[in-house]
Amino acid sequence: MTTRIDKRFAALREKGRAALVTFTTAGDPDYETSLALLKALPGAGADIIEMGMPFSDPMADGPAIQASSQRALKAGQTMKKTLEMVREFREGDPDTPLVLMGYYNPIYIYPVEDFIRDCIEAGVDGLIVVDVPPEQDDELCIPALKAGLNFIRLATPTTDAKRLPAVLENTSGFVYYVSIAGITGTAAPDTGEVHDAVARIKKQTRLPVAVGFGVKTPEQARAIAAGADGVVVGSALVNALKASLDENDRAGPQTVSSVTDLVRGLADGLATRETAAVK
Amino acid sequence: MANSPDTPNTYRSGPDERGHFGIYGGRFVAETLMPLILELEQAYEAAKADPEFHAELNHMLAHYGGRPSPLYYAERMTEELGGAKIYFKRDELNHTGSHKINNCLGQILLARRMKKTRIIAETGAGQHGVAVATVAARYNLPCVIYMGCVDIERQAPNVFRMKLLGAEVHQVTAGAGTLKDAMNEALRDWVANVHDTYYIIGTAAGPHPYPEMVRDFQSVIGEEVRAQMMEAEGRLPDTLVACIGGGSNAIGLFHPFLDDKDIAIYGVEAGGLGLGNPDEHCASMNGGKPGVLHGNRTYLLQNDDGQIIEGHSISAGLDYPGVGPEHSWLRDTGRVNYVAVTDAEALEAFQLCTRLEGIIPALEPAHALAHVQKLAPTLPADNLLVMNLCGRGDKDVFAVAKHLGVEM
Repeated sequence: MTTRIDKRFAALREKGRAALVTFTTAGDPDYETSLALLKALPGAGADIIEMGMPFSDPMADGPAIQASSQRALKAGQTMKKTLEMVREFREGDPDTPLVLMGYYNPIYIYPVEDFIRDCIEAGVDGLIVVDVPPEQDDELCIPALKAGLNFIRLATPTTDAKRLPAVLENTSGFVYYVSIAGITGTAAPDTGEVHDAVARIKKQTRLPVAVGFGVKTPEQARAIAAGADGVVVGSALVNALKASLDENDRAGPQTVSSVTDLVRGLADGLATRETAAVK
Repeated sequence: MANSPDTPNTYRSGPDERGHFGIYGGRFVAETLMPLILELEQAYEAAKADPEFHAELNHMLAHYGGRPSPLYYAERMTEELGGAKIYFKRDELNHTGSHKINNCLGQILLARRMKKTRIIAETGAGQHGVAVATVAARYNLPCVIYMGCVDIERQAPNVFRMKLLGAEVHQVTAGAGTLKDAMNEALRDWVANVHDTYYIIGTAAGPHPYPEMVRDFQSVIGEEVRAQMMEAEGRLPDTLVACIGGGSNAIGLFHPFLDDKDIAIYGVEAGGLGLGNPDEHCASMNGGKPGVLHGNRTYLLQNDDGQIIEGHSISAGLDYPGVGPEHSWLRDTGRVNYVAVTDAEALEAFQLCTRLEGIIPALEPAHALAHVQKLAPTLPADNLLVMNLCGRGDKDVFAVAKHLGVEM
């Protein structure tokens, strides 16, 4: 089955360009602003959209994304509202792949079978669930794959050669390489090490590999993209959003554009490679 | 949402090879930690099979930790309550003042075997933090303790002890600033420092193999009680009572007795201000439902959207919205009765024990004692009841004074 994610990577590969994958948290700082931002992301240059499902205890996230989760929950965001947001987005955008990222408990409580059904109905393309490793695949990964969703797995600097096949086995859509051993939005990755790691992963899979955690600037994005199929930017976007809020975390007139301006800069950085390839 | 599995032949064979107790437990962690979790499991299996490891651990438990702890007949408490013959397992007499040292000695020896050079831990009441800081000092390893800001305030004496012992205490302000948030922060540290860091989890929870490993290290409590009660009374006890936060002291007392099916077992959760409102208690098995947090599936306080609720307890050590997965399984099978007592009941039991027995208990076992107050009068005089007095109350004296309106 060819999914929106597969098609998007194939199209970008023909152009010789890496995908820009953007991460924002659903419902941050409120439903309407978050939806407006979501709708504006493809136009600003996001090739694939990753949307965080807010959780009270985001163990793998740094301070920026923790705070964004808290803002969204405080504004009343729920799993049902996140799926409703995807549905509204999908009505106006049939092509841009959308991946939901988060933690297992809200899915488990939903529960799993209903969540997968509602994801498909809403137009979700894939799932990234941080705390469900291959050892627990029968819980969520296998049912999601069977229903036609992509299940995107994280590979990390601690995933050694012995373990990599287990990580890749049920992964689909793309592989998300976590560029640092750490939480989101903290240390900056070492480009050389990242390229080596991506090359090692690509020897064992035909799936595209996107790199994330700690990518902040267009220069970093371009450097990482030189050796990968996609670059994920999250905390930097969430920080830009945060900077546009008032002291009570309410959205201002610049909230959407403060994020899309940054996305545009990142997309231009990646497009430079495209121009070079065309020449 | 409770499950009712068939009665198993034995309650002592878990977990299975994937770390499950029935549907509970498992390994729900980020990929960065998975290789280390698997390495830890191997290292623990190897240590378990190594007589030298046990010899060193037993030596340290005896000569450093002060084991065995006495089994004490609480004569005045027995007279006061009028019913069951009440014994206290005196784990509050251990070095560092609680049962936590049992587990910390086991895990630091394992950390050394794994050649880890840095120790981290979470703490609520500070008893685990103090025990970790103590063994880290003893074995000359740098140590970072994560503790919520609310707990830092209400357990100030323990914070100072940890610092004296050379530990760095990191204040956690996220969430409600209690044990759950400290554990999140410790996990974030671990993810960023997996190459050299060993995480000493303090309770019988977290990803496999922690629940099994912590239980094994704490089972020395129940094993001693078996031998001590045989010596004192010529037979096994009839009733066991222990408080439950994550549940490490309780599983340590209960586990060696789980297959003695005539023994009634009670785990006492923190009922806070009462079970009516999920924000006002920490009784995850009485007022929560199964979910996944901190590496395992277990009963959790949570809302309909799967967001974790902070809960409340007067006792920092019980102020946690989850519980060890083996307890969740024992609840569903019906082998152990899980009950709850309120802050006020625990505070009353704290004072009663102090006056009658001359023992100042920690607020955590004061919860167990509050249930003993209700239970003992309903039992006959020949019923042998053992309560785990798992910690001493020095750390709580200031907080209790505040609750009682006393200026110090």
